[in-house]
Order: sequence, then structure tokens, then C-alpha cells
Amino acid sequence: MSLGLGVAQLAAPETVRRISGVDDSLTSRAVVPLVGARELVHAAGLLTSRRKSVWAWTRVAGDAMDLTALGMALAHRGGRRRRRLVGVTGAVVAITVLDLLTAVQATRTREIGSVPALRRSRKGGSMELTATTTIRKPASEVYAFWRDLENLPTFMAHLEQVRATGDRTSHWSAGAPFGTNVEWDAEIIDEAPGERIAWRSTGHADVPNSGTVRFVPAPDGVSTEVHVVLVYDIPGGAVGKAVAKYFGEEPHQQLDDDLRRLKQVLETGEVVRSDGAPWGKRARKEFPQRPAQPLSDAELAKGADA
Amino acid sequence: MRANTWAGRNKVEVRDVPDPKILNKRDAIVRITSTAICGSDLHLVNGYVPTMQDGDVMGHEFMGEVIEVGPGVDPDRLRVGDRVVVPFPIACGACAACAAEMYSCCENSNPNAGIAEKMFGHPVAGIFGYSHLTGGFAGGQAQYARVPFADVGPLKIESDLSDEQVLFLSDILPTGYMGAEMCDIRPSDVVAVWGAGPVGQFAMDSARVLGAAKVIAIDKEPYRLEMAERAGYTPVNFEEVDVRSRLLELTGGRGPDKCIDAVGLEATHGSAHIAAYDRVKQAVRSETERPHALRQAIMSCRSGGVVSVIGVYGGLMDKFPAGAWMNRALTLRTGQCHVQRYMKPLLQRIERGEIDPTRIITHTMPLDEAERGFDIFKNKQDNCEKIVLKP
Ligand SMILES: [Zn+2]
Ligand SMILES: [Zn+2]
Repeated sequence: MSLGLGVAQLAAPETVRRISGVDDSLTSRAVVPLVGARELVHAAGLLTSRRKSVWAWTRVAGDAMDLTALGMALAHRGGRRRRRLVGVTGAVVAITVLDLLTAVQATRTREIGSVPALRRSRKGGSMELTATTTIRKPASEVYAFWRDLENLPTFMAHLEQVRATGDRTSHWSAGAPFGTNVEWDAEIIDEAPGERIAWRSTGHADVPNSGTVRFVPAPDGVSTEVHVVLVYDIPGGAVGKAVAKYFGEEPHQQLDDDLRRLKQVLETGEVVRSDGAPWGKRARKEFPQRPAQPLSDAELAKGADA
Repeated sequence: MRANTWAGRNKVEVRDVPDPKILNKRDAIVRITSTAICGSDLHLVNGYVPTMQDGDVMGHEFMGEVIEVGPGVDPDRLRVGDRVVVPFPIACGACAACAAEMYSCCENSNPNAGIAEKMFGHPVAGIFGYSHLTGGFAGGQAQYARVPFADVGPLKIESDLSDEQVLFLSDILPTGYMGAEMCDIRPSDVVAVWGAGPVGQFAMDSARVLGAAKVIAIDKEPYRLEMAERAGYTPVNFEEVDVRSRLLELTGGRGPDKCIDAVGLEATHGSAHIAAYDRVKQAVRSETERPHALRQAIMSCRSGGVVSVIGVYGGLMDKFPAGAWMNRALTLRTGQCHVQRYMKPLLQRIERGEIDPTRIITHTMPLDEAERGFDIFKNKQDNCEKIVLKP
């Protein structure tokens, strides 16, 4: 829609101006192609953006602008031009209503779409996350780093600690929201050195979970592809809600960021910090960010145990 | 310390901020002796690059003396007391992009890669003083700066060249050079450069050094065109003549063999329509590319030629002349400069006298006058081409 209107207004501004009855004005000479250009911008935004609702609302704002312009034109015209203008104004009003409906709908869809875990948590259910990255180190090295489970908290933002309790068993603790902590035991249920590790929680975990990580040599002969699948069984009730909310903001983003930090640790030796995100792996502290200024001693001290 | 900070759209402010600290093992702290205002700083100040915050320290072109190094810095590469020029992209030296010498696409140096990925599809390297999209690193228009991966990027200056001779190795000289290098220049080539600002001037110098037969400078500021003409290039004022027609005249109807866009997203245009159109795009908060220079370069370039883009673009662009690009077999090449790749060879060219970077400096002032400097630079007052700040 945007695309069609935009192309028409840009390609044939004279015709558009004549049909709509504003061909006598100098301003319209500039405004019509302008409006066309705006339509194209909207089309691009709608076609490419994941946040369609925002783009839909900018369309509504654009329509409001068009209506204002038409209103101004109407006030200054009579006769045939006025009749044509009235027709066009009616059409634009209809388009505006359509855009408004689309925007409202897009906003609704987005609300539902962006917090799937939270919705599911009311009844309970499972959430599967997948992510992958390529690390410029051999598979044996990446495997060895991961297999030492106590390394996981260095790059997984929500983990506080993983303690090995046996060859295949471990105890995990994660910072949950609102100051609560979630703890569980886990066991490795399958592994192939240099290739694969699979684990699952055992006993009465608050949030039963399992995961698999595969290490696949990349085509460049140097790097390793790391493929991760995590599954959380989100229970109902208060804990489930809290956990779901914790993961629910952008769970895929969190896992992607975790893998980016794993890559940093293996390739450069540590998690890279900037002045704007000084807490390194603690992703939840990165947003909202402080300005890119260094920390005071007090802030540094606070960060160490935050 | 004193630092020039972003204080909102169209506003910078020199303030007192805390001194930088070592945050990673391979960090160094540099006491800055010279820094510069760059054209791309204006995109931040004018509000075209998102994710700037009040108080962010600006500046990505700087040099100085190493006064502290982290425990992970390789002492064979860098020590306290070294005099260094710091490249604007932060690069780890270990990832696949760095291994391919594509340092501005480093996969590890941007802690906010997630934001950059949403915007660009894949993340880009961290950059000093250049928004949180590129990492949220404090910049170098300050008395001191923290430099991550200090044993990868910074270039040691061991000769007695002045700050002014080597400072621009941090950004604009390699950027201009890369613009020309991407053109695969042959001895018969006519090269047209859109934009006779500092990067454009260095792209022209580089095109000549790389063997171009003729170099054409396109701009509207008479003093910039005069600067290019003094250096031996052919000026074209886009406010006085139709650029495409003039380029055809200058090239026997062929069009330039190679075209360099050294302008980027804030291109100006004589037409009132298009100026108004920009305002509307801003009003609806859509992306604000103004790709007039790029469009014109694509339309003007000879068939089978190369269009090399070193001007900065930020988001989405509309009305890209894909027909001309495809049907006339044009090659489009681009990238933020992989500065680390070019620093040493360009230092040698400076030492041999092949390029004189000081020719573009028109103003030198204390860091505390950065606000005035930005004003002069932005409004092209006082024939301003390039400003060096002294902390
Ligand atoms: Zn720059
Ligand atoms: Zn890298």
C-alpha cells in the first residue's frame, strides 16, 4: 500500500496533484512528491522492521499530516477543485482508519509475541531456546572449556555459580528476579568428547531444565560451530511467573549474548567491557546503560558484589 | 579529567568527568596529546546516530603517551612511555574478521553487539566515543582515554614526526586511502571524489599516490575546492554546475572510471524540495539517510566502473538507483575503514614525504574550546577544514 501510493506520487506528481485538486498551488509541487517519498519510507520500514507496530503508528501519524494538509487546502478552494479535494480527503480518512486498525492490531500482536514465556507461565509449559556461534578455536578446546562446568558462569549472564559435585553431577545456582535465587542439581546424560554434551536437572528443581551443546568443526578448518539448545519447564504459580518474567524479556537475546561472551572468553581471554557496560557478563546491567564514562571507586566496589 | 561530552542533540559540553581506569587485562591508559574533530562526530551531534547518552565522551581520533598498561598487554608490543596513535575501530586481533584484516568488523570488541545486530544484521566493532551502538566506549576528546586491546591496534611512533603529521593515521587518512584502494586504480583512471572535506582530500591524495591520471573534487564550499585545486585536482562546484554534465565534459562523455563517496548520510543538496523532504522524514522518525552524493556517483560513473563508499551511512535508504547499478555493471565497495591494516604503510608514505597530512589543518585550539570548535566546523565558518584539539 505504502509502496503503491509512494511510487505514484513520486513518478507522476503532476497527475496526482491534478486528480486531487491541488494543482494550482506552488506548495503542492513540493508537498506531493514529499508525501510520496514518505510512503516509500513507510513501506521500507514495514517490509524490513521486526517492530512493525512502530512503523504502523508512524503511518497513522503520516496520515494525520496528510489530513491536516488537505484540510488547509480545502479551506482555500472552491468549485471543481474543492469537489475533487473533498473526494480525496474522504479516501485519506478511510486509509487513516485502515492504518489505525493495522497499528492497533500490530501493537497487540507485538505484546503477545514478545513475552511468550510470560503467557505460557500462567498455565505452565516448556520453553525451548536455540542459539549458535562460531569460535576461532578447535572443537577440542571449546569442548574442554564447556565440559569444565564451573566455567559456565563466566559467560552465562543469569548463572551465579556451577559447582561440580561428581564426574557427571553438578549443583547450579542462578540469580532469579526480585532477589530470589533458583538452585538445582544437574547430571550429564550424554557426552562425546570434542563433539557433544547433554545435561538435565535432577531432583526437585524449581525450574526443571535440560540442554544440549554440540561442537561442530567449521568449514574454514580452524573454527568450531557451537550449537546450543536449552529447554525450560516453566511451572505455574509464583515461582513460574517470576522465572518466566526473568527469561521472558528477550530470552533469545540473552542466549545469543551468552554465546557472544563465550566467544570473547575463548578468543580474547576475557569478557570485553566498555565504559557504558562496565559489568561485563552481567547483561541485565547493560540496559539501560549509563553514559560512557569510567566508574568511581564506589561503583567499582558495588559492581564486584552486585 | 576534562572531556568533551555529548549533551543532547546539537550540543556538546566540556566537563569534568572521572579519569578512565583499566577494565580489561589488555587495556592501556593513554594521556592524550592531540585529538581531532571528525565529520562523523557531526552525525552524533546532529542526532543521526541513535543511542547517544548525555555525558558520553566524544572523539575517535586521538594520540598520546601510554601511562598505564593492564597485566595482559604484551610488553613486546606496548609499554608505558610509548608514543602511540590510536585507531578508531577497537579490534581484538583474534576473531575471524581480525584474522582477515577486517578490523572494523571485529566480532569481539563491541559489548553491545546485540543492539548493532538488530540495526545492521550483524554486529560491528566497538568504536571510541561513537554511541552505544558501537559499544559505549568513552572517546578521546579528553585528557586521558582507556584503550582496549592496546597491544593490537595502537601504532607506536618512534621517529620525531610531529603530532600533526601522524594524528590522522587514527582515522581520516586511512579512511581516504581505503576509499581509493577499493577503486583498484589503473594509470588511465579518472577518479571523482564527492566531498572535499578532510576525508575527501585524503582520498584525492591517495588516488594520486595510487596512480590515477586525473582527480576531480566535487563540493560546494569554495575554500574546500580551492584547497583541492591547490593540491592539483580539478574542482567541480555542485551549486554552480550540473555535476553529471560537468563530469561527462571532463571525461569525454565516458563518466569517471572510479567514484568515491566521501560524504555520507548528511549530504546537502541545492534543491528546496529535497531539503523539505528531509525535514518530513525526520518528523516521522524514519531513517535519515540523504544519499544524494551516492545516487549521483552511481548515475555518473562509467559503465563497469567502481563506486567506493567511505561516507558514513546509518540505516535504511530509499530510492537507491539499483537499475543503474545493475544494468551498467557497476561495482559497489564500502566499509568503515580497517584502520589497523593501513597505519604502518601510510606512516612510511608520510616519512617518505609522499603524503603531507598537515595540509588540511586549518585550526588548532585547546580542548576546553571544543564547543566553539564544533560550532566553527559544523557551520564551515572561517574556512574551517580540520580542527586539532590540544588537551
Ligand atoms: Zn572520524
Ligand atoms: Zn576481532
